[in-house]
Amino acid sequence: MIDESLRTELSKQGIFTLKLEELYNWSRKNSVWPLQFGLACCAIEMIATSMARYDLARFGAEVFRPSPRQADLMIVAGTVTKKMAPQVIRLYNQMPEPKYVIAMGACAISGGPFKQGYNVLKGIDRYIPVDVHIPGCPPRPEALLHAFMTLQKKIEEQSLTSEQRPRHLHADAPSEFPIPQYGAHDLEPPNNPDVWQPPVVTRTE
Amino acid sequence: METLEQFKTRIEATIPGARVEIIPNESPSAQRSLLIDAEHAVAVAKFLRDDPQLRFDYASNVTGVDWLDTVLKEKVKVKKVIDGAEKEVEETVEKKRPGYLETVYHLYSMELKHGPVIIRMRTGDRRDQVHLPSLTPIWRGCEFQEREIFDLYGIVFDGHPDLRRILMWEEFQDYPMRKDYVEPDDYEYEPTAHDEVLEKAKRHEGQGPAAP
Repeated sequence: MIDESLRTELSKQGIFTLKLEELYNWSRKNSVWPLQFGLACCAIEMIATSMARYDLARFGAEVFRPSPRQADLMIVAGTVTKKMAPQVIRLYNQMPEPKYVIAMGACAISGGPFKQGYNVLKGIDRYIPVDVHIPGCPPRPEALLHAFMTLQKKIEEQSLTSEQRPRHLHADAPSEFPIPQYGAHDLEPPNNPDVWQPPVVTRTE
Repeated sequence: METLEQFKTRIEATIPGARVEIIPNESPSAQRSLLIDAEHAVAVAKFLRDDPQLRFDYASNVTGVDWLDTVLKEKVKVKKVIDGAEKEVEETVEKKRPGYLETVYHLYSMELKHGPVIIRMRTGDRRDQVHLPSLTPIWRGCEFQEREIFDLYGIVFDGHPDLRRILMWEEFQDYPMRKDYVEPDDYEYEPTAHDEVLEKAKRHEGQGPAAP
């Protein structure tokens, strides 16, 4: 482990010393390429975020890829209907590791205003692991930028060797998640219990 | 534009056997409609579209209605002999009306700039006699709307060029807009539930696995 004062002194002379882990995470967090797809009105805000005014390019994420094979980040921007959910999960499965998910907006995190409907999935986190949830209907571009910075922080802090190392460095951690089938009344299964369990609600009444 | 009574007379005069009924509307809009029989529906629709005085060339909206089995209460004056004298007494008569499904078409004329005229068709019941003639051959724009009605209400349109589900998936078996539709019970997590949703959410409480 390098001494902190020596490190500061070296950096003043233009010599940077860092751990491989830091270099690896620094380069990863500054080139997160999102998958280019949108599901509803949140996608409009996502597009606005990527354009000149909000300029997602400042974070190295302006390269929206039209293929899951080239994407690192899935921004679930909009309502996930039950008919669309299997396709979203299939796209996620087709992305290479390491991969991250931002659930953008009320619909993607919980079903939003359509929560009590028969045809809308009550949050994409019922089937795939979500790294950052953003509330809002739709969230402002600033909120998406904040989510993006939160994700960058998360990537930066990932340790490569410890027990908390990210999923793609665990040999036995799943990289693909089961795709639900179209059932006679609902998706089957209605959620993936390995990914999502209903949180305990305590009512004060 | 002619009145609905004139429509009825002209339709019945032109198409032999066609039965047209005027459905009253007691709401403030008082927008009455024509109930046409399924058997002659295509002929009636063709007449409404092609008649030079009517020219309803545009079906702006097609929708469905689900009517459950109901008991209609009607007040009828009945003559009865009370204490030797004949008197007129008001009695409530209960009539059972079996349920049916209904389609509603809103028609306008682009050419003559009038409308809307609303026509309805009813099925025999809600279970096996759910066939109605498709009016897509008359108004091409009805295609997707009739498919949506088929998807959500389960009315089968005979003569439709491509009758498949449009919003739900093919394997889906229910008709979600029917009043007796039972939705999937996925109320296991409702953090801010109230009213009906609270009742549904409470059924799950204490069943779910504890949070890690």
